[in-house]
Amino acid sequence: MENITTLTSEQITKDLMPQQFGRNGKIWVAILVLICLIGAYAYYLQLKDGLIVTNMRDYVSWGIYISNFVFFVAISLVGSLITAVFRLANVEWSTPLTRIAEIIAVSAITFASLIIIVDMGRPERLLNLFAYGRIQSPIMWDVIVITTYLFISILLLYIPLLPDLKIMGEQDTKGPKWLKKFYRFLGSFWKGNPAQEKISNKSITILCILIIPVAFCIHTVTSWLFATTYRPGWDSTNFGAYFISGAFLVGAGAVVTAMFVVRKMYSLEKYITEEHFDKMGKIVVLLALLYLYFNVNEYLVPAFKMKKAEEGHLDELFTGQFAPLFWFAILVGMVIPILVLVTKKGRKPLPMFITGIMVVVGAWFKRYLIVTPTLLHPFLPMTNVPENFKHYFPSWEEWAIALGSLSGALLIITFFVRIFPIIPIQETITQQNEKATS
Amino acid sequence: MNEHTSTSRRDFLLAGFATAAAVGCSDSTNPFTPEMAVAPSGEKVKLLSVTGEIIEVDKAFLKPVPDVPQLSNAEERKGIPGKKFVMVIDLARCKNLRKCQSACNHMHRVHSGQNWIKVLSMQDGEHTAPYWQPTTCMHCDEPPCVKVCPVDATFKRQDGLVLIDSDRCIGCRFCMAACPYSTRVFNWGDPGVTADVADQHYSCETSMPQKKGTVGKCDFCPDMTRRNELPHCVSACPNGVFFFGDMNEDSVSNGAETFRFSDLIKDKAGYRLMEDLGTKPSVYYLPPVNRNFPYESGL
Ligand code: SF4
Ligand code: SF4
Repeated sequence: MENITTLTSEQITKDLMPQQFGRNGKIWVAILVLICLIGAYAYYLQLKDGLIVTNMRDYVSWGIYISNFVFFVAISLVGSLITAVFRLANVEWSTPLTRIAEIIAVSAITFASLIIIVDMGRPERLLNLFAYGRIQSPIMWDVIVITTYLFISILLLYIPLLPDLKIMGEQDTKGPKWLKKFYRFLGSFWKGNPAQEKISNKSITILCILIIPVAFCIHTVTSWLFATTYRPGWDSTNFGAYFISGAFLVGAGAVVTAMFVVRKMYSLEKYITEEHFDKMGKIVVLLALLYLYFNVNEYLVPAFKMKKAEEGHLDELFTGQFAPLFWFAILVGMVIPILVLVTKKGRKPLPMFITGIMVVVGAWFKRYLIVTPTLLHPFLPMTNVPENFKHYFPSWEEWAIALGSLSGALLIITFFVRIFPIIPIQETITQQNEKATS
Repeated sequence: MNEHTSTSRRDFLLAGFATAAAVGCSDSTNPFTPEMAVAPSGEKVKLLSVTGEIIEVDKAFLKPVPDVPQLSNAEERKGIPGKKFVMVIDLARCKNLRKCQSACNHMHRVHSGQNWIKVLSMQDGEHTAPYWQPTTCMHCDEPPCVKVCPVDATFKRQDGLVLIDSDRCIGCRFCMAACPYSTRVFNWGDPGVTADVADQHYSCETSMPQKKGTVGKCDFCPDMTRRNELPHCVSACPNGVFFFGDMNEDSVSNGAETFRFSDLIKDKAGYRLMEDLGTKPSVYYLPPVNRNFPYESGL
């Protein structure tokens, strides 16, 4: 980061200030809001008529709501990777990426909680979880760890934001008055004196240590929603590790994508450098290899034995109706990104952006493949059931709600980027000062 | 006037509702609290009190008997003391008539298109003989569905039954994913029960009325058992495929024949489904040997 050392603090502050949306930004927001509204309307229909508006039926009793939930939980794990693991390991180059990662985590985990409520047949009975909750159910574990993770993530987003809020509150930019007030409301107690800084640093370290086991828990527990059943394709001891490795991969993919977009929109080439892309690229390769390894375990070992219950399931994935999707997820979500990103040229921003999207899209379909095909292969045959019990393709309401939730998550991220500095200002200044003095 | 109203109300309770009051329902909507002051009409009706006296009550104080649950929820969750229910299904007698299914669907007002009892066409291996297998809830002794339910809406009773509390179920469908026998169905939309049933209190023992957004499944008809009658499927089957009984008494019956449970299982080499999963079902099957009907007759 040689080029940063030549910048003054004023310059940095000015560069990193959130900016108003241009035309593209406004169109982007409008599209997202529109999709959200359609999703909300679909949910209204679902509330009115019940889950009958979905195409889930007695055999496929979980559909894209659940796979979407798993996807959100997965992507949220990246917050802990980039923020906590890198911070604890003193990886300095990751500073400009921490806030991107953390806001992705917060918005994803928020929508994970929402989408799981959408999946409930009786959402108005949500409080039964607290009135009658039984700790032996993996759902309760999920409720507990997801709430914990959400709170720690919000704190990890908020505490490092405090010095920046002070800067923002003091700046005399043209921005609207309420925004200033908002900054001051959020961070007025922050004086930036050494005592406060000490507390802040300490708490960040504690949170970073705390969030790692919690992050592992949320995804392990989510995988156990499946692995604690007997179903072929879910009944696996590999599931926790398999889910976590997949989660880190999709999260890293999402960060790469967001990095690219933010950098372009705000012209932050000086802060998010090609070097960052290069390093993130290497990390994505590592994570994709890891995930591929778990996939080989997950599919090759049962396929070698071909137990009767597994056989129908695996056949369907490898060569049957799910084969195109399955190989798409493997190739586009893992193999091609690895091949592209091992080359130095592949780790330039644009190809990175494209592979980032590939990883995320591949991961979304992968989650679908984990949930649905298994349910179509129960132990006992489906005799005398209506034809639509034997297939599953989401209804438009399901698509609308799923896409609405994805747009909602993107909206949170977008507004955050609009209101707050997406690259930590204070930390960048401090880091640069340290460089200058050393 | 007020005084008078409350006294005669008390008398009235003594007389008309004594039995219902004895049930002592814990429901918050107490049917006995007056919603409004009722003016006596002057017209009297005679009633028999619990002590055998004939008393007179003003007609205006009469109210239609409200729908009070027969048993409290706590009692329904406990089960019938001293019992351990068991079912034996003789595959040699089944020809896929599905009378069990239609009786069950009718008596429980199961949503059309859904079945709690499924008669499956089975063939275990390429060269093995096909047969018909009626499948109910196995009322597992290690029920995976109960393990995963987050709110205790599906529960195991001391008499071995696994039942559902549709007033509590949040509709997460984890139990459906967990049940290896795919026995559970879900009320995706309105369950379509008729108004008379829909207005009743939900009872875990009759599993009625089914409610939108909750799960349902075979309940072994504990309401029938309480009356010393057989479950609907057992009495509906003309071929006597189903035997139902109490493990503690070691006897099972299909209505026409009664066997000692242990002897029947021993003589006919009874078995349970998916023993390797460790779910310990309460339903035993007798193998389809020396069949009464060829498989084809059920096609
Ligand atoms: S058969 Fe299924 S629903 Fe019935 S007790 Fe066993 S696991 Fe539960
Ligand atoms: S669907 Fe209802 S009964 Fe089944 S696990 Fe969820 S809350 Fe329990």
